[in-house]
Amino acid sequence: MTATTTASTDYTLNELMCVLAAREIGDGDVVFVGIGLPNLACNLARATHAPNMTLIYESGAVGAVPDRVPPSIGDPALVTGSLMVTSMSDIFQSFLQNGKIQIGFLGGAQVDKRGNINTTAVGPYASPKVRLPGSGGACEIAQHAQRVLIVTKLDKRAFPDKVDFITSNGKRVKKVITNMGILEPDETGELTLTALYPGVTFEKVQENIGWALKKAPRLAEVALPTANEIDLLRNTLDPKRLHIK
Amino acid sequence: MKNKVLSMKDAVASLVHDGDTVVIEGFTHLICFAAGHEIIRQKKKNLTLARLTPDLIYDQMIQAGVARKLIFSWAGNPGVGSLHAFRRAVEAKPPTLEIEEYSHFGMVSRLSAGAANLPFWPLKNYEGTDIPKVNPLIKSVQCPYTGETLATVPALRPDVTIVHAQRADKGGNTQVWGLMGVQKEAAFASKRVIVVVEELVDESVIRQDPNRTLIPGLQVDAVVVEPFGAHPSYAQGYYDRDNDFYVAWDKIAREEASFRKYLDEFVYGVKDRAEYMAKNAGLAEKLKAKPQVCAGVDYGY
Repeated sequence: MTATTTASTDYTLNELMCVLAAREIGDGDVVFVGIGLPNLACNLARATHAPNMTLIYESGAVGAVPDRVPPSIGDPALVTGSLMVTSMSDIFQSFLQNGKIQIGFLGGAQVDKRGNINTTAVGPYASPKVRLPGSGGACEIAQHAQRVLIVTKLDKRAFPDKVDFITSNGKRVKKVITNMGILEPDETGELTLTALYPGVTFEKVQENIGWALKKAPRLAEVALPTANEIDLLRNTLDPKRLHIK
Repeated sequence: MKNKVLSMKDAVASLVHDGDTVVIEGFTHLICFAAGHEIIRQKKKNLTLARLTPDLIYDQMIQAGVARKLIFSWAGNPGVGSLHAFRRAVEAKPPTLEIEEYSHFGMVSRLSAGAANLPFWPLKNYEGTDIPKVNPLIKSVQCPYTGETLATVPALRPDVTIVHAQRADKGGNTQVWGLMGVQKEAAFASKRVIVVVEELVDESVIRQDPNRTLIPGLQVDAVVVEPFGAHPSYAQGYYDRDNDFYVAWDKIAREEASFRKYLDEFVYGVKDRAEYMAKNAGLAEKLKAKPQVCAGVDYGY
């Protein structure tokens, strides 16, 4: 076994989430991405097993190769050196609605049992307790990306039985990569625990989820980050540790 | 060629009226803060502000009291968090700002319909979501060819659209590079258009590279020259996004007192962008873009 495939015992939870998200990306996939950990996951995938993936941002950058972790999805570094810069009308119609996107990364203040996502309001819409930013491009990404992935930390309030407002439909959510384990929809579409991270118990996950969680008949083993993946994250892709701390 | 160059003050005074629907477009890139600030200084009233991402500029306009209504699709501080004036207004009991909400695709489609002189635009969207439940203007239509049901959004025809750009000639032929967002559609959908540029160039510069022209002069009513008019947003090839400002803004905007103090000092307290930049000593040097010049193409035949 070479050094690059040796499992690293030294990793943070954010690094683990990032590595697991990166491994979801196939070489050649076209990925619609936002900022933060998913963006870093894409950069990691491109630097390892998926050199031919294409990063697309709703802002209009296609085939972006950002040389800094973009603080916003409209960062100028997404333009410099990209393959194409186009209008948002092209992005939503010719790319997204036309079925060209394999993977869409989404996040949200609330994710429910059906994978529905709320980024609009906590409490009633007309009289919200907390007004959130709204859909942005999330609603259409959830409808048109072939696979929707969510990377987020578990928290009882963030994972209610039912979201207060469905901003994005959960039908295409294929995996939720959390800080404790992995959730995937069962045959009825209900998010179910399919893998636990080392040292985490089912009870611990249940404490942080707002519905009676089911688990898959056999929980999968999670392949831990390799020394090479950790080295790339810390020393090349996120040297300032903006996302992997 | 007709000379359409005006000062920001004159352009806003003559082309933005109380009660107008105003679009200041630019997706993260080329957001014309200078025009928003001038609208605040001129104390315009009862505006309907429309934009995909209200960003800090519409938050400042909401705080300053020029807006009656907001039409939007994502109201946050990108990469940072909330728009606090927006949240205060919408979370108030009762709310003090009317909202009409879409997704980005919905907003883009509204402007596409406006630009194409169509009454609505069809899109495959909103299935199984609550967005149409809270916005009755999102409807549906049965396709006469396939029978499938498509969502529809109505055309948006702004009274005035304001676009920031790298350069234009005095007739308003406007060239943009980098992210182009929905500015072209917004300009063609709009009754009046103000273009604000980093540089005024000769018509011959435009003619050298016509593919770069995003908005033709025939669609433009006024050209305003205000370098750094997009700060803290950015202009590709001119200056970087001021990400530190976006982060620092969160604290300023959280409290109404500090928000008002900012407006007093940097909006009401200056007469134009040049004065604003003079107040921000060292900023131009800090944000100056590193050059990455493209070789250009051959238009010969």
